[in-house]
Amino acid sequence: MQTENEVSRRPRNVTALFVALAFTVGAAGAAGITAFRRNKQRQRQGDDAPGYTARRNFRQYEVSGRTVTIARPREELYAFWRDFENLPKFMENVEKVRRTGPNDRAIWTIKAPGRTTVDVETEIVREEAGHFMAWRSLPGSDIDTEGRVAFEDAPGQRGTRVTALIAYKPPGGKLGKVIARMLQREPEVQARHDLKRFKMLMETGEIATSARRRDEAGDADSTRRHVQPEEA
Amino acid sequence: MRALTWQGTHNVRVDTVPDPQIVNPRDAIIAVSSTAICGSDLHLYDGVIPGMMPGDILGHEFMGEVVETGPDSSLMKGQRVVVPFGISCGKCFFCSHHEYSACSNSNPVDKQDLSAALYGHAMSGLFGYSHLTGGYSGGQAEYVRVPFSDVGPIVVPDGLEDDQVLFLSDILPTGWMAAKNADIEPDDTVAVWGCGPVGLFAIQAALVMGAARVIAIDHWPHRLELARQLGADIINFRESNVLEALMEMSGGLGIDAVIDAVGMEAHGFAIENLFDIAKQKLSYGADRATALREALLAVRRCGKVSIPGVYGGMADKFPLGAVMQKGLQVRTGQTHVQAFMGELLEKIEDGTLDTTFLISHRLPLEEAPRGYRSFHDNQNEWTKVVLKTGMNSLH
Repeated sequence: MQTENEVSRRPRNVTALFVALAFTVGAAGAAGITAFRRNKQRQRQGDDAPGYTARRNFRQYEVSGRTVTIARPREELYAFWRDFENLPKFMENVEKVRRTGPNDRAIWTIKAPGRTTVDVETEIVREEAGHFMAWRSLPGSDIDTEGRVAFEDAPGQRGTRVTALIAYKPPGGKLGKVIARMLQREPEVQARHDLKRFKMLMETGEIATSARRRDEAGDADSTRRHVQPEEA
Repeated sequence: MRALTWQGTHNVRVDTVPDPQIVNPRDAIIAVSSTAICGSDLHLYDGVIPGMMPGDILGHEFMGEVVETGPDSSLMKGQRVVVPFGISCGKCFFCSHHEYSACSNSNPVDKQDLSAALYGHAMSGLFGYSHLTGGYSGGQAEYVRVPFSDVGPIVVPDGLEDDQVLFLSDILPTGWMAAKNADIEPDDTVAVWGCGPVGLFAIQAALVMGAARVIAIDHWPHRLELARQLGADIINFRESNVLEALMEMSGGLGIDAVIDAVGMEAHGFAIENLFDIAKQKLSYGADRATALREALLAVRRCGKVSIPGVYGGMADKFPLGAVMQKGLQVRTGQTHVQAFMGELLEKIEDGTLDTTFLISHRLPLEEAPRGYRSFHDNQNEWTKVVLKTGMNSLH
């Protein structure tokens, strides 16, 4: 089994773009999550940890997953997410999402290096209202990716556990090189950040920022260089 | 506006910077009337806390008048408010359990990774205390943007002076929670290490809660004298053997409840060179590193240990055996200010608590750099500095 897995489970040098893509896009096939689920079943024979935390590979797909608990009702969270046009409110690298027609297709405009954008068209492939939805990029897309998000009631009065799972195949060709060069952060970092922003928005009605003025919000901290204190 | 900015180690200055604006719906803008320099600000001054950037505005103890409100703020223009040092959303799991200093939603997402890596979970947002806790501009300024203004600030009556209520922002509730965490019962003998503002307020709180006797430990004569005036017995650790004295003063039983109001903030938040900084501080700050160990040895079997002093890194030679073998209860944490403000405001109004006794100096905001230097260099006499925006500079 190890020999057929060429790509490690944890994305190493891929970026936020990938994650955004993963959240948004989907591509050719369902092979990524299928591989993930197959592995998850194997993993389950060992322990009860989520499959995506396994120390193993998922064939050529990168898989990352995150869970966050949000103190809001499951139906409300589902409905907000299901309206994909809401996603840019908390997904850092998604500029906009526009519905395009049948089968809940949508075009995601993803921020790309050099102030350019990449458009990826996705469709909903499975859903269970109030609980679960999965999407993937349409065939022919530059990036083969799929994502799903599940909503389940947390114990007692704790609200809802939201688990997002992203799988993608690192792209080849020119685009892949551009992305690989630009991407500094692991997609799972981006996934975690996006989910935390989702939690903030749903729980508090806003997303925390330390910007002192409106024109600083969003890139408040990229404009100044962090300075390490001198040793005392 | 004018604001006290951090420029580097032992380098702060008052600059003119752009005024803050309403950014998020629940924001309010406060015009600061009084703001204090906290002992923990000295660790920013000393440059031992990473995540500082030149130009950062310091200050997390402040109060003033509401001058602008966002659409979802519950405050009204003209109200006079004291603002808690910690920023809390009021909606998350922790805030709904009144554990405000553990708020999930106040530290901006991109600032959370460092503290999450160090502690397993991210810290909450704080005013004016490095980018590890959000990079929020602080209160040593003419104006402050206050997020989640419907949760944090408390409106104070006009009949109370600034100096009476300002410390609701941090050190008064911190001393109060320190005593609460010690579960003080009427016959208890309580020992408090450190007679800085938090230690002094913890002494006062322990006495209000009915402790039979409170023993204060420090080495600065003036600070010990303040503790004595509150009603504590005192031990100067430069003159007496603290452990032996505490055993004798508790009739050989040991101290019922111990409070470490010293801390080792100098270790604080150190992510890089964590061990180096820890070792460095243990060597030059040996007295401070000693306080908690001494408290753990002095406390009686099945006694209560409260740690309001700030720790940020890892402790070396921590007497874990004493904790287990004596069956100790240890409680600590950043203060849940919002949980205590109302109760403490009432106690100020009815005269149960005095807050002004520890103020040693009042300076115009413009003289804040002198305040930092003197507070840092002369701890015996400079017990607490309050900065006033409306005061004219004499220099």
